Amino acid sequence: MKIAITATGTTPESPLDARFGRAAYFLVFDPETNTWETVENTQNLNAAQGAGIQSAQNVIRSGARFVITGGHCGPKAFEVLRVAGVNVYVSAAPSVAEALRLFQAGELEWVEAPDVEGHWA
Amino acid sequence: MRLAVASGKGGTGKTTVALSLAFVAGDPVVYVDCDVEEPNAHIFLRPRITHSTVVHIPVPSVDETRCTHCGECAAVCRYGAIASLPSMTLVFKELCHGCGGCAIACPTNAISESPNRIGVVESGPSSVLNNVTLVQGRIDVGVPLSPPLIRSVKEKAGDEEFVILDCPPGTSCPMIAAVKEVDYVALVTEPTPFGLNDLKLAVETLRELELPFGVVINRSSERDGLIEEFCVTTGTEILGRIPDDRRAAEAYSRGVIPALEVRQVRQACERLLARILAAAGDEPQ
Repeated sequence: MKIAITATGTTPESPLDARFGRAAYFLVFDPETNTWETVENTQNLNAAQGAGIQSAQNVIRSGARFVITGGHCGPKAFEVLRVAGVNVYVSAAPSVAEALRLFQAGELEWVEAPDVEGHWA
Repeated sequence: MRLAVASGKGGTGKTTVALSLAFVAGDPVVYVDCDVEEPNAHIFLRPRITHSTVVHIPVPSVDETRCTHCGECAAVCRYGAIASLPSMTLVFKELCHGCGGCAIACPTNAISESPNRIGVVESGPSSVLNNVTLVQGRIDVGVPLSPPLIRSVKEKAGDEEFVILDCPPGTSCPMIAAVKEVDYVALVTEPTPFGLNDLKLAVETLRELELPFGVVINRSSERDGLIEEFCVTTGTEILGRIPDDRRAAEAYSRGVIPALEVRQVRQACERLLARILAAAGDEPQ
């Protein structure tokens, strides 16, 4: 099952992006084929509002069933991911590749609720 | 004549100036408090509310039996209010501006619109100034988008002879919704670095909107040079100055329109109104 990881760059060596909705990229790993796919998120990075919702939609449409964020996930993005059955994990790993390794080793913490306020709350 | 009283910075004296202008106008004035997130003109005007209307905006509801999850609705929504997922469509109505684009974009007619309450518009005569009728909006708690309610408040004000619009501060959507389609804007500022910084932003915004405007210096003092220099270099007219007077602040803090108690403020506002009407091309009243 695919895993989407927030990233500041396009390679697995890139650091994670601390934000979900306004992450620069999502790197989606497919364990069945052992390949990475890059989902650009520039449009949402610059969105005035609704960035989390649209980012969540794009991650879900990429087929990912797990999300790893470098720090945060807001309430609306979390709601969309929850409804779609996507579990969110948080990691302080220095790179996307390391976050994936920790996830596969079962060492990442599952996030049960959004950890930051929405910007419209 | 629709006169907007606006400012880039909050707390520069929009309400003081707008109320004082309404007072010195003498003739009937419709006073429109466009700051629907924090209306305060009612504190000074003490209106008897005679009309109250609930305002709704149309938000989409999705018929899942017709939805093919094609994603057209989410793609067209510039507010990011819709998430189109492979098995369902989620609507975040608090982000919806009610434009109706999603319903038009939907190829299977799965989207209908239903009303979502955002606030109320109220109006009534002032018990303090007998020439003034107040129209105000109050947005519901938790509703993050004020422009649709501001537009309803302005509609309610109608096309009366003299309408004064007390605008929300800043230069973002609420301010723009308030100043749109007025005849003239009086930009209130104060002679401080903060006042100047936000005045610059407001001037840029109004130039972009191609609205005629001039500047009012409130709490005018020996530091006015800060604002004057900017106005001279940008060719911006200074319409008038309200003196920095402790009695004006004291009156305001008691909920009393400063021009009612402080002669110097009243006189400054009389001159200001004449100058605004001349600048806006209206005959002095």
